[in-house]
Amino acid sequence: MSDNTEEQNETVRAFEDGLKEQSYRLKELVDSGDISGAMEVINEINETRDRTLYQEVGRLTRSLYESIRNFHVDSAVPPHDEEAMSKMNDASDRLTYVVDMTNKAANKTLDLVEETMPYASGIKEEAVQLKEAWGRLQRKEMKPEEFRALSGRMDEFLQKLSVDSDKVYVNLSEILLAQDFQDLTGQVIHRVTGLVKEVEENLVDLVRMAGKVDSITGTVHDIDEVDRGIEGEGPQMNTEKREDVVSGQDDVDDLLSSLGF
Amino acid sequence: MNKDMKILVVDDFSTMRRIIKNLLRDLGFTNTDEADDGNTALPMLQTGKYDFLVTDWNMPGMTGIELLQNVRADDNLKTMPVLMVTAEAKRDQIVAAAQAGVNGYVVKPFTAAVLKEKIDKIFERIDS
Repeated sequence: MSDNTEEQNETVRAFEDGLKEQSYRLKELVDSGDISGAMEVINEINETRDRTLYQEVGRLTRSLYESIRNFHVDSAVPPHDEEAMSKMNDASDRLTYVVDMTNKAANKTLDLVEETMPYASGIKEEAVQLKEAWGRLQRKEMKPEEFRALSGRMDEFLQKLSVDSDKVYVNLSEILLAQDFQDLTGQVIHRVTGLVKEVEENLVDLVRMAGKVDSITGTVHDIDEVDRGIEGEGPQMNTEKREDVVSGQDDVDDLLSSLGF
Repeated sequence: MNKDMKILVVDDFSTMRRIIKNLLRDLGFTNTDEADDGNTALPMLQTGKYDFLVTDWNMPGMTGIELLQNVRADDNLKTMPVLMVTAEAKRDQIVAAAQAGVNGYVVKPFTAAVLKEKIDKIFERIDS
């Protein structure tokens, strides 16, 4: 697109130079009282302006078309199937895939954690009781029949411990494997980020070209700031560099306590 | 603080609801229900069964801040303690939540310790 921009700058420069020269002639003619000559120059100026404008609009349309075509994927799909070709469409599919993958991984991890927690608390509870009994044994406060019961419980506990810790280990390995989404979603997100950058560059070029058209027609746009009010925006990025955003819970607490909380 | 109190957890992501419910259970609160946005939560709250509301901000349908405003505008619910657990981190938003009458504000990502601290603080004030 830079060749295009160069070409466009050239056209606009030629238009401006022509305009300077013509307005100089116009002044001369008006000063010397040649009104019909002056009218002719005014017509010339109009023609040049129109011609330049048509060229610029034409160029803008062409760039727009090229940009739209650039958003499409390779020739693997039939050229007229716009819907299937659209990279944007592909990008939203990819992002849906990321949402699905992360959702699945989070749920799987939560399932495994919820399944594992009772093993850990069960082991702990039994260990606490056995420790207490073991202490009484060491202090020789235990009767022989109590000792037999303890020995039976200890046997059961060790048996259960080896089974349960196995289960905990297996679940932890599965949790480990459930994190494999990161690699896949990472790749997908990188691709979509690349596309967004590309689209942004194309849009910036288009805005630049449209700006040239505006300067020839003398159009000034009134763009109103949209007041969004207070609404949810999701997580904020680069919080440490921004004044309007808190950087963590401590900041929230400070802000709230400054409000009398 | 009554550990048997009934808590409503509102978040549009089921995983976050599960995380919060698990953390609440670790803190001894086992009596919890879930809703996925304000529109689902409000009628549940209006049954009068709930003692404490934990809500996200950004949700489709009715958002958490709107839910909070509705709760404060309802004569039967207006004294209900509300804890906001949200990714919304703009100062304006936190001030708006405070003005709407939130009792506590936790920004995501958060830890179990922060959640506990905020809940303890809310009920210390109510009990005192």
